[in-house]
Amino acid sequence: MTDEAMMDDEMDGEEGVIKKFLYVNRKAPYGTIYALESLEVVLIATAFDQDVSLVFIDDGVYQLIKGQNTEGIGVKNFSPTYRALEMYDVEKLYVSKDSMAERGLTEDDLIVPVEVLDNDQMKTLMEEQDVILSF
Amino acid sequence: MLHIVNKSPFERNSLETCLSLAMDNSTILLIEDAVYAAMQGGKFSDKMASAAEQCSVYVLAPDLQARGMPDEKIISGIKTVDYSGFVDLVADNKNVQSWL
Amino acid sequence: MSIEVNGKTLETDEEGYLANINEWEEGVATVMAKEDELELTDEHWEIINFLREYYEEYQVAPAVRVLTKAVGKKMGKDKGNSKYLYALFPYGPGKQACRYAGLPKPTGCV
Repeated sequence: MTDEAMMDDEMDGEEGVIKKFLYVNRKAPYGTIYALESLEVVLIATAFDQDVSLVFIDDGVYQLIKGQNTEGIGVKNFSPTYRALEMYDVEKLYVSKDSMAERGLTEDDLIVPVEVLDNDQMKTLMEEQDVILSF
Repeated sequence: MLHIVNKSPFERNSLETCLSLAMDNSTILLIEDAVYAAMQGGKFSDKMASAAEQCSVYVLAPDLQARGMPDEKIISGIKTVDYSGFVDLVADNKNVQSWL
Repeated sequence: MSIEVNGKTLETDEEGYLANINEWEEGVATVMAKEDELELTDEHWEIINFLREYYEEYQVAPAVRVLTKAVGKKMGKDKGNSKYLYALFPYGPGKQACRYAGLPKPTGCV
């Protein structure tokens, strides 16, 4: 979308149907492209003003770890961008309690505030969604 | 909800995570390398047998045949579907989650 | 594609964004603005510098609505609105100002 078109949209004030979108992240950040692709899709899709949630399960929780420094491997460290999500009105970030525990992690290890969900809560969250996108 | 798994449980944890997060009475479809999880006598067989009691578990027949997995060795309670059955499962469920 | 800045040739992508953000210097913005027949004022520089700080902090070029909101938060409502930012950067504050600042094209703008 062009900047101009986006401004027009805002000015029209048209409200489409708002659906619940869940992005499921299950891969560590640099070994594959999934994590970065997911983040980019989330940022792009925020232009459509939908009800967005992100969950981090299994190795996906490693995406949110503090202190990532990619200088030595020559790829972009995109972890600071998770802190920008709030400004994109993406405020619902969830992590799996089991996945954190299995990896010896706590919320203090993460760069953004998250809500920790047990499996029953996670099941409910998934069931509520209109669209689930997996990465 | 329809959960689709396409990786062997011997290689990835997708299936195990799916089983831990699938609600009772949801539907699980095993395709591609995940079809190995439908076979008797393996490390995951007991887990799959009990999953088949809580959920409807299906396995895609063409993927089984391609890999030489015989129907008679499928864990009891797991049903086979062909491609049109796959389409019906997608159409019958409110949403779909793919476990990559 | 490339641009000439202070005797140096800097590579750009096909849309004119700097290929390597680390090669940015103030001259980049000046040269790009000149090509667009735009005279950079303190108000332009305020936004360009803000974008550079934003990128440094978050490693992402903000979409225009996010930029507008962030500018509003930092500099007040008089500047954090579409009208003010489009007056400064008529090709679109998201795209044009990011380009001058040496940032990649904002994620989500085509």
